[in-house]
Formats: sequence, C-alpha cells, structure tokens
Amino acid sequence: MSQLFSAKNLKLLTNPLNMENPITVQVLGICSALAVTVKMKPAFVMALSVTIVAAFSNLIISTLRKGIPARIRIIVQLVVVATLVIIVDQLLRAFVYDVSKQLSVFVGLIITNCILMGRLEAFAMANKPWESFIDGIGNGMGYGWILIGVSFVRELLGSGTVWGYPIMEKLGVYTIGYVNNGVMIMPPMALILVGVIIWIQRSRSKKLIESK
Amino acid sequence: MKAKKLRQLIDRVKPQFQKGGKLAKLHSTFDAFESFLFVPDRVAQNGAHIRDSIDLKRTMTVVILALFPALIFGMLNVGFQHFLSVGKDVAFFSWQGFGFGFLKVFPIIVVSYVTGLGIEFIFAQVKGHEVNEGFLVSGMLIPLIMPVDVPLWMVALATAFAVVFGKEVFGGTGMNVFNPALLSRVFLFFAYPAFMTGDKIWIAGLTKGQGVIDGFSGATPLGEAAAGHIDKMPKFIDMFLGTIPGSIGETSTLAILIGAIILVATGIGSWKIMVSVILGGLFMGGILNLWGANSYMHVPFYYHLVMGGFAFGAVFMATDPVTGAQTEKGKWIYGFFIGLMSILIRVVNPAYPEGVMLAILLMNVFAPLIDYFVVQSNINRRLKRIPVKV
Repeated sequence: MSQLFSAKNLKLLTNPLNMENPITVQVLGICSALAVTVKMKPAFVMALSVTIVAAFSNLIISTLRKGIPARIRIIVQLVVVATLVIIVDQLLRAFVYDVSKQLSVFVGLIITNCILMGRLEAFAMANKPWESFIDGIGNGMGYGWILIGVSFVRELLGSGTVWGYPIMEKLGVYTIGYVNNGVMIMPPMALILVGVIIWIQRSRSKKLIESK
Repeated sequence: MKAKKLRQLIDRVKPQFQKGGKLAKLHSTFDAFESFLFVPDRVAQNGAHIRDSIDLKRTMTVVILALFPALIFGMLNVGFQHFLSVGKDVAFFSWQGFGFGFLKVFPIIVVSYVTGLGIEFIFAQVKGHEVNEGFLVSGMLIPLIMPVDVPLWMVALATAFAVVFGKEVFGGTGMNVFNPALLSRVFLFFAYPAFMTGDKIWIAGLTKGQGVIDGFSGATPLGEAAAGHIDKMPKFIDMFLGTIPGSIGETSTLAILIGAIILVATGIGSWKIMVSVILGGLFMGGILNLWGANSYMHVPFYYHLVMGGFAFGAVFMATDPVTGAQTEKGKWIYGFFIGLMSILIRVVNPAYPEGVMLAILLMNVFAPLIDYFVVQSNINRRLKRIPVKV
C-alpha cells in the first residue's frame, strides 16, 4: 500500500493542482471552463465527469499501451475516451437530468477536451496503469478546482446564490441597494476570472512566468 | 514664503522615503506628491533631448480644461432637468439649478478620482513604478458619461474594473488597449442594465418618482427615436444646446464644441479623428436616409451629430492618443469607422439605443491593425521606387 502512494505518486496527484495546472499553466480545456461555470452545480458535475473520464481513460490506455500500434494510437485513444464519455453522459441523464440538460453538448465535448488527449499522449502511453490512473485523477482535480472556483465567484456575484442557495437575499444586501452583476453571467467574465487566477498564481511562483 | 516652508518640509521628510529610509517602500507616492507640488530639480545630463514645453501633466491639464464647459453645462442641465420634471419653473442659468446639479455630480467625480487614483497608487507601489498623471483625464471623463442617478458604489466598482483590467494589466498608462473611461461605462452597461438604460435614469430623482408631474417623460432623444416616437424628439437647436436628458456631460454639443476648439488649438486632440468621425457618421446617416426602411432611418442625417454621445465620443474619446490610431492616414480610417459604426448600431440594432461607446471600443481593437497596414503600404510604396530588386 505504501508503494502505491509513494512520494512520487503523490506528486502526480498534487502537481496538476498548482504548478502543472491544465487550465492556468498548460492553458488546455478553456472552452468548457468558460461555458459551464455560470452556476456551481453544473461546474461540479462537469469537473467530476472530466476527472472520471481522465482517470479511467488513462488507466485503460496505459494497460493497453504495449499492444497499441503507434500509427493508430490516436484513434484507439479516441475510441476509449468516447466510450467513457458516452457512459458518463448516460449516467448523468439517468440520475441528474436537469444538470445534464444545462451541460448540454459540453459533456459530449469532453471527447475533444485537450486535457484528456494531452494526458494520454504525454503520460499514459509511457507509464504504468496505477501511475496513469493517479495522474488522470490529479489532472481532473486540477481542472475541477479552477471550474468550481470560477463558478463560485460567478454564481455568487452574478446570481446572488451559492449552489442554488440564495445567500445574498438571506444576508439582506438587496435592501441596501446591492444589485446582481450581469457581466458575471456572461462568458467574458469567466475568461477574466481565469486570467485573475493565472495572475495570482504567477505572481506567487515566479517560475511560471515565461521568459521573453 | 509659504512655498519655501513647504519646500523645507518636503526636504526634511525626503530621506525617509529614499533608499534605506524607513518608508522607502512608499517612495513613488512621495515622488508623486513632490512633483505635483514642485517641478523636479533634476535634469537629464547626457544624450539628445527634444526640448518641448508639453509633457503628460500639461497635456492632461489642457484636456481637463477642455472638459470644463461640458462639465459646467452638465451640472446646470442636471438641475434644470430635475426642476422641469417636478414642474418647478426655474431658469436654465440659475444658482438653484446649478447648486442642485453640483451636489449631484460632484460626489460622482470624487468617487471616480479617489477610486482610480487609489488603485494607481497601489499599483505604483507594488510594481515600483512612478505614479503618473494618466488617470487625471479618465477620472473626469467617467462622471461625464454616467447617468446622473447612478449609485456611487457602481461608479467605484466600474472605475476599479476599468483601471485594473483596462489599464494596469496591460502595463499602466500608455499601454492600454481600451479607453479606460469607456470601459468603465461598458462594464456598468452590461453589469447593471437597469441603471444604465431606459427612460427614467437620465434625470435626477425620476426613478423614485416623487413629485413628478403627470405625463412627464424622461426619455432621451435616442430613447424616443428607438421607440419609434420620432415626432416626440426635441428640436435640433435644443439638442445642439443640450437642454435635453442624457448622460451628465454629453448633452450639449455646443459645450463640447468649445472643448474641441481648445483641444485642436493646443494641438492635443487630433482634428483629423474628430473630422473623420463626423464624416463617418454623416456618411452612414446619409445611407440610412436613402434606405429609409423605417421612421428612424428618416431622421435627417445631421441630427445624429447632436443626439446622444456622438459629439462627446468624437471629441474626447476617439481622440485618446493611446488607444487610437497613431499614423496620420490611419486616423482618417479609424475615425471614419467609428462614426459609421456608431450610427449603424444606433439605428439598426434595437438592443442598443446608443452605439458610440461600442463603436469606439471596437475600433480601439482595430487601431493597431490599421496602423500596421498604413505603415506596410508606405514601406511597399517606397520599396517600388528602388530600381534594383531587393
């Protein structure tokens, strides 16, 4: 057991949260981050879906990696990812239909999410199944916390709620003239918020700043 | 004598702010106040220098001066419109009206300056830059393009957004892509549409509706036109003089014209941009006149010059030297498209009664592209003159 969670393996889990974050450092998977972060609930479900698909596609591809002919590896990866996405999509429709409606095409578009292909190509094709599985979970969580963070700010300031709970109304700020901010609901603000996260992150760790 | 005392005081505290001093971190704040009070005594010793009496501080001061007619008129008009709405008979040029307008407008100016300069100072400290005068004009422009009843916290929020995301993230004064003042307005426009559009917000106190006389409409000429009430629009001369509802500083084309003369006479605002914006507006207005698909399109093309924020945008926003086109030919193209897009958005898109703000921001994006092509075409033209193939 200690072997499974060695320091090296834990690194695989924690690195994508900050220093190798798929969204803020590698700048992958941006489109869905902008599209599904109006409310927290869809953002959370999206983050969970991507994490599951990333983890299991990494696991499957890594298990098969020696048997996949190099020339058709992209197609094999796509088939695995697509299968998993369809399973996740069906599960969402069965159990959380309203969220699945809100996410609409973006669940299907997980297939084309660059994070998945990137991890499969860069990691799963060259590493053992267990490490690949952890790497998938790590990257999914790295993607996920950005989504949840952005959606928290957007839902709080744009709709005055947190996870559907009308916190602003309960605090009574509307009576003193507070108004929900309409820009927060629009996609440009998601981009600006991601930019702010990148800004904070890079001013804290100078290593991430690209040399000119 | 007073000045000498002040000088001595500054010299006494100066070491604290220099390297190794206790307050060395605040040195740019100190520099800002020192150079605000006294002209720096240091001069450059070597290298070639262009000697000119104009610098950023003087440029900004002239623009502020040029804004004054519009500001004073705006205060008068705020009072006049308010007393009109409650049915009190107060002359346009009256202390009562001006006093009311002053009390309404002055807080907005204070909030805009305090927020904007506060953020500029903070960023200057953190980055170790000098504090410069970049915000002086924006801080005055922001109140002038707000509706008078805008809540003050919204002004503060919009100013903060514009300064941080419009200016500081790009590297501060002189590096911004978008006009910060317009960015603050566009932020409010999309964030709080209920406070930035409609018929009620342009006159102080009208949203509360206390004592408003029956049948009084606070709609701007643009509002009336967008709603299809062309017959209700004020007379041309009223719109030119500016005794109409609207944002604080934008209503009077006459006051803006005085500002334009100051800007052009001192060479600070580009007359090419102003003229080309007007040409673009007239051109599009003329086309829509010819098209004439609805009653709005029949509004005479020259009316567009005195309606809404067109004149204000052309004189004070489009001519911003940082965000506008730099090349002389580019200024014509840049300005022409601002005018054209403004009228097109204004008349054709029902969602936006006014298009000047969006048109200028759109062309801000294209200004570097325009400059690039102007410079490239010049290079190509001159390359052709070379007899030998390069």
